[in-house]
Amino acid sequence: MSVSNIVRDNFRDNKLPHIWCPGCGHGILMHAIARAISNKNIDRDRVCIVSGIGCSSRAPGYMNFNTLHTTHGRALAFATGIKMAEPDMHVIVVTGDGDSAAIGGNHLIHAARRNIDITTIVFNNNIYGMTGGQYSPTTPTNDYGTTAPFGNIDKCFDLCKLVESAGATYVARSTAYHAQGLTKLVEKGMDNKGFSFIEGLSICPTYYGRKNKKGSAVDMMNGLKDNTIDVKAARKKPELAEGKILIGELYNSQEEEYTERYNKIIELFNKE
Amino acid sequence: MQAKWGTHGDHPVIALYPNSVQEIYEVTMDAFNLAEKYRTPVILLLDEIIAHMREKIDTDLSKDKEIINRKKPTCKKEDYLAYKHTEDLVPAMADFGSGYRYHVTGLVHDEFGFPSNNSKIADKLIRRLVDKVEKNEEDIVKYEEYMMDDAEIGIVAFGATSRSAKESVDALRSMGIKVGLFRPITIWPFAEKKINEISKKMDKLFVVEMNLGQYVNEVKRASHNGCNVEFLGKIDGNPIAPSEINDFVRGNL
Repeated sequence: MSVSNIVRDNFRDNKLPHIWCPGCGHGILMHAIARAISNKNIDRDRVCIVSGIGCSSRAPGYMNFNTLHTTHGRALAFATGIKMAEPDMHVIVVTGDGDSAAIGGNHLIHAARRNIDITTIVFNNNIYGMTGGQYSPTTPTNDYGTTAPFGNIDKCFDLCKLVESAGATYVARSTAYHAQGLTKLVEKGMDNKGFSFIEGLSICPTYYGRKNKKGSAVDMMNGLKDNTIDVKAARKKPELAEGKILIGELYNSQEEEYTERYNKIIELFNKE
Repeated sequence: MQAKWGTHGDHPVIALYPNSVQEIYEVTMDAFNLAEKYRTPVILLLDEIIAHMREKIDTDLSKDKEIINRKKPTCKKEDYLAYKHTEDLVPAMADFGSGYRYHVTGLVHDEFGFPSNNSKIADKLIRRLVDKVEKNEEDIVKYEEYMMDDAEIGIVAFGATSRSAKESVDALRSMGIKVGLFRPITIWPFAEKKINEISKKMDKLFVVEMNLGQYVNEVKRASHNGCNVEFLGKIDGNPIAPSEINDFVRGNL
């Protein structure tokens, strides 16, 4: 499939160009999601994309599906409602590191705990971009933000470990550099009947990059390549993984899904 | 007040405030009906006393109540505009998954639902949202009047306080004071026309509420100049007793 078909089939092309800064990684992540949906060849009327607030959360507006741009941190709360009302719908959440891990942190762990069949993709750029470069829960310790002018004293969150321990049944990580790998992971996340969490590492040259002297967008994109290692390679040669971020499929298990459990309750009433 | 001003920007609010368990049951149905009819969230507001109360209810009383459902689009899927500026100001609302694709956002948006910074679009949208509620004030505003027909002075109260006020009306009547109770059930939009109409007939309106004076300011604003508006409030955590209302009314006649 050519790129133009991807745009024609998945995007509201009259709403483009998008608002993201030059060099931002979010467009690549959005494209990977569109590609994953195309590869799965499903009815687009039965796909719902939900987001919260932030740079990441502008993505659904450009995408030609049932799309919902909610309040800050609440994408998973709205998505849970949609999935409960329409269990057959493919519900995808696009959120950011601030949106999902800070203000929406509780929604994230409880969606994972319930194992509700929602595929969540976090566009993690390690900073609050839209509001002006404030440090987020995923800003590395000692890195700078506009609200951390002397370095961030917080420990940064490993969101994949968080959702795995909270109960998610599919957990993966990729980057804007590894767009094809990300597409495959989103597809597998959509196949998983349960809560799927895919962290997409992005880059923010405008704030995170500038505040931390990370160079150009190209330098930062190369950084995504150099600072990550595939989880399979890391298992074979742990010494190569020293100081690197693991990418690939990190966790996959089978457990009963939330709307299935809910349907059993409904059936119980229907029998009476 | 929080129901109306708890957010930024101008937007309409429908807030309903029942004063008994029976009424909570009925007004909850009204709340859903209004939400569906006007395509807006409706706040069902309960104070602590009403919310914790246990009373018998008769569900049969509302079994014939009309159930209103939202308008669904009938146009071609590609022509659908979820936020179209229709004549009745309430555009049809499609279900996600029904084939009518659109975008929902909390930002100011165009008729499709896409965020917009266009000032004309913003102005038109906010006015439509406000007008669809304010222009239907008479349909939305519900209230109870108790002994108001021949009343010379009125008490305005809602929620738990209105139950004390009703008892107070009975007590004051037995003392020969021609008093009545106006109880708004729809707390927002404000019963502007009705309060104005009442104030023209009354020498005095007593507004009784459990705060330092919120609703009373709306009543003063809407009242006719010839009508004095007095305020009785309480913030010590105890409810306002009928005897307190009696004493206040008699002391300020």
